[in-house]
Amino acid sequence: MSGTAMVDRNWKERLDAHVREVVAWHFSPETGTPFWLDYASRLDWDPRREIQTYEDLDRFGNFQDEWLRGGPVRRWVPKGLAHKPVYVFETGGSTGIPKSRISIDDFRIDYEQFSETLPEEYFPKGADWLMLGPSGPRRLRLAVEHLAQHRGGISFCVDLDPRWVIKLIRMGEMQMMEKYKAHVIDQALTILRAHDSVKCMFATPKLLEALCEKISLKKAGITGVFCGGTEMTPQFHRFAREELMEGAYFAPTYGNTLMGLAVHKPFDPADNYAIIYYPPMPRAVIEVVDPDQPTRVVDYGQTGRVRLTTLTKEFFMPRFLERDEAEREMPCDKYPWDGVRNVRPFSRFATTVVEGVY
Amino acid sequence: MVHIPILRKGQPYRSVDISRVPHFRTRETLVEISQANAGLIRRDLRDQETGRRALSAFSTDQLIAMCRQAADYFMTATLPVGDAEQTADDYVAQLSATTGMPYVLVRKNMSKISGVMAEMGSVLAGLTRGLPTEIIDRGFGTHEGHAVSFYPRTNSLGVILPSNSPGVHSLWIPSIAMKIPLVLKPGSAEPWSPYRIAQALIKAGVPAEAFSYYPTDHGGSGAILQNCGRGMFFGDSASVGRYASDPRIELHGTGYSKVVIGEDVVDDWEKYLDVMVASITENGGRSCINASGVWTPRHGREIAEALAQRLAKIIPRDVDDDQALLAPFANPDVAGRISAIVDSGLREEGATDVSSNLRGPRLVTHDGGTYLLPTIVHCESPDHPLANREFLFPFASVVEVAQSELPERLGPTLVVTALTEDRELINQLIASPLVDRLNIGPIPTMKIAWDQPHEGNLFEHLYARRAFQRAGA
Repeated sequence: MSGTAMVDRNWKERLDAHVREVVAWHFSPETGTPFWLDYASRLDWDPRREIQTYEDLDRFGNFQDEWLRGGPVRRWVPKGLAHKPVYVFETGGSTGIPKSRISIDDFRIDYEQFSETLPEEYFPKGADWLMLGPSGPRRLRLAVEHLAQHRGGISFCVDLDPRWVIKLIRMGEMQMMEKYKAHVIDQALTILRAHDSVKCMFATPKLLEALCEKISLKKAGITGVFCGGTEMTPQFHRFAREELMEGAYFAPTYGNTLMGLAVHKPFDPADNYAIIYYPPMPRAVIEVVDPDQPTRVVDYGQTGRVRLTTLTKEFFMPRFLERDEAEREMPCDKYPWDGVRNVRPFSRFATTVVEGVY
Repeated sequence: MVHIPILRKGQPYRSVDISRVPHFRTRETLVEISQANAGLIRRDLRDQETGRRALSAFSTDQLIAMCRQAADYFMTATLPVGDAEQTADDYVAQLSATTGMPYVLVRKNMSKISGVMAEMGSVLAGLTRGLPTEIIDRGFGTHEGHAVSFYPRTNSLGVILPSNSPGVHSLWIPSIAMKIPLVLKPGSAEPWSPYRIAQALIKAGVPAEAFSYYPTDHGGSGAILQNCGRGMFFGDSASVGRYASDPRIELHGTGYSKVVIGEDVVDDWEKYLDVMVASITENGGRSCINASGVWTPRHGREIAEALAQRLAKIIPRDVDDDQALLAPFANPDVAGRISAIVDSGLREEGATDVSSNLRGPRLVTHDGGTYLLPTIVHCESPDHPLANREFLFPFASVVEVAQSELPERLGPTLVVTALTEDRELINQLIASPLVDRLNIGPIPTMKIAWDQPHEGNLFEHLYARRAFQRAGA
C-alpha cells in the first residue's frame, strides 16, 4: 500500500480509533453483525485484535457486492441494534436482484451532518422542500424528507421509478421515456405552483435541467438546490451555475445507499467547475486506487477506481470497489482529508451503464 | 492548438468539456472541440424564433446572393476558426489531418460545397420546381396559373452530420436560402466543414443568429432531433433506424447504391467499365452514393475480374499527392473491424475476393496511415451475406441475378445506375419504391445534378403547401 486517503494527523488518529470501535462492535458476540460473525468464524485471525488502524482493513480483501444481493437481509442487522425498527434500501435493480442495505438511523445521521454544510441564507430553516428524485425503495426519498424535517420544513415528493426509465431506454422507447420524464416534471410543477412555501429542492441533474426548461427557479421562489443521484460533469456544473440557478445556491453531492453522502468543496473558480467531493469522515472513506492493484492508492491528481469503506455501527463495509472512477484530490481547509474529483462511470464498464433520467 | 467553440445562435461558447481529435497519422491532438451538454442545447432551443426572424428580414434573392458570395469566401477567404484564423489551405490540411482524406479529395468536396452555394438560385429552383422566389417571401402567389401558398413547418433544421465525407454538407446549405436557421451537430472527426461554411455565410451577410453549432454526444444529438421541428440525420443503418418512424426527420443512412446491367447490354459490359469504376472508387469510396454493388444477369466473374484489375492500380499515396484516390482510416481499429467483417462473409460459400490475388493483404499501412485496399467480391447469388453490403472504402460485390428478379432483389437503394435500354426494366425501376435516385444510361452513381435532390426534397421537408384562395379585389 503506497499511502492512505488522508494527511491530517489528528484526523488519522480519530479514524483509527473509529475503525477499532466499529470493528469491535460488528465482531463482538454480543453486539455483532451475523454476517461478520460468520465471516470471522472462518478466519484464522481475530479482527478485533488485529485490526488496529485504517490500513489494517486491507486484511479483509475487497467487499463483494454479491454479498448484498438477496437474503437473509437480517444477517446484516447488528445484534446490538436488533430491537430497533429497521429499514431496507435498495440500489440498482432494473434487472436481477438489487443490492440492499439495512438502515436504522444512518440516513438521518448522514443527512443531519450534511445539513450543517448548507448555508442558511439559501436553505432557510423552516422552508419547505421539493424532492425531485427517485421514490420507492431508494434511501434518497426518506433521506431528503428527513433533511427537510431536520431543518424545520416539510418535503413534497413526486413518484419516480428509475427502474422503469432504464427499462424504457433498454427497449429503445425514447419517446415513452420523454413522456415519463414529462410526467415527473408535471408533478413538480404542480407542487411548485400550489405551494409558495417551497424554497429548497433536491433534484437529479437531468430532472433539474428538465424542470428549468419549464420554469425559472427564481420566479418559482427556489433559493437553494441540492443536486445529486447520478454522474455530474464539470460542464453540467458550469451550465447549472451560470444558466439554471439564477442566484440560487447549487450544492452538488455524490452519494449512494452504501456510503451516505459526500459533500462538495465550496465553489472556487480556480477549480474550473471540477466537482470535488469529500466523504463524511470517519463514517465513510473514499479512496482512488489503481484498478489493477486496488490496495494501492494513486497519487494526487491521478485517475483511478473509487474505493469505498463504510464504517458505522449499522453497516461495516471495508474496501468496496465502486463502478466509478475519479481523480484523487488534495484535502482542503474545510475538509482536511482526501477527496475525489470528477466522479464518473468506470471507463472499463462504461458501455454497460444506463443512467436514464435519474 | 486550434480550439473550435460551440456556436449558440452564432455566439461562440467555450465548454469545460473538451474533446481532443488526433492527427490520423501521429495520433497527437490536432484540435480541441468544445462539447455541448444536452441540457444546454435544449435550453437554447427554447428560442428558435430569433434566428428565424433574422433570416426573414432578408428576401430569398438577397440570401441567394449571399450564398453566391459565400461560395467564394469558402474557397478562398481567411475565416475564423475559434480564436484562430483559417486559410483555405489550412482547411484542406486540417480536414485531411483528422479524417485522413487526401488533399485532392478534400478539394473536390470543397468545390462541390462551393458549387451548391454558388448555384443556390438554380438549386432552389430545382427544389421548389421553379417557384418564383417572391412566393417564398410572401408565402403566397400565383404559379403556373394556380394560386399557391406555402408555410414553414419549422423554425429550425437540426442536422446530425457524419465524418465520412464533406460532400454531404451541400445537402443542408439550401436551408439558409429558405430562411430556416440551422442547428448543426458536426461529426466527431470532421468539425471543420460546417464551421467554415457557417463562417463563409456569416461573412457574406447571413445573420450569425441563424447558425447554432453543437459538437456533442448521442444525448445532445437526441436533444437536437427532438427539439427542432425538422431534422436530418446522417448515420449508419442501426443509428438512423431509431428514427425510422419519425416523419419530422429525414434519414440519410447507408446508401447501398448499385450499377444494374440489363440483359440487353450485358454482352457489351466492357464498354461500361469506366462508369462502374468511377461509381465504386470516386471520393475514396466513402460516400453513400458510391456503388457498393454491380448487379448483372451474367458475365459476373469476368466483370469482377476486370474491375479488380482496374482497382488494383489504386494504391495508398501521400496525402498531398494529386494522384491519391484512397483515404486512410482515422481510427485504425475501424479498418481492422471492417476487413474482418469482409473475411467473415467470405467464409460462407458462394463468394470470392477477386482482388486478393492482385492486391495482397487488404489491410495495409502507408506513411503511418491504415488503409483498406479496393476489394471486388464476386457473389454467385444475391442471397450471399456480402451481396448487399456497404463499407467505407472502395468495395463492391458483383452479383449474378436474373433480370426477372429485379428490382425487388435490390432492396432499398439510394442510387441506381441502370445500364439498359430495355423499356420494361426501366419502367420497373421507375415504378419501384426501393429506388431513390435513378440514372438511366452510363452515368456514374456519383454524378449529382443539384436540381435533382435525393433522399427527400429539402423544400418539401421544410415547407408545406396549403389550400389557398383569395377573393378578387
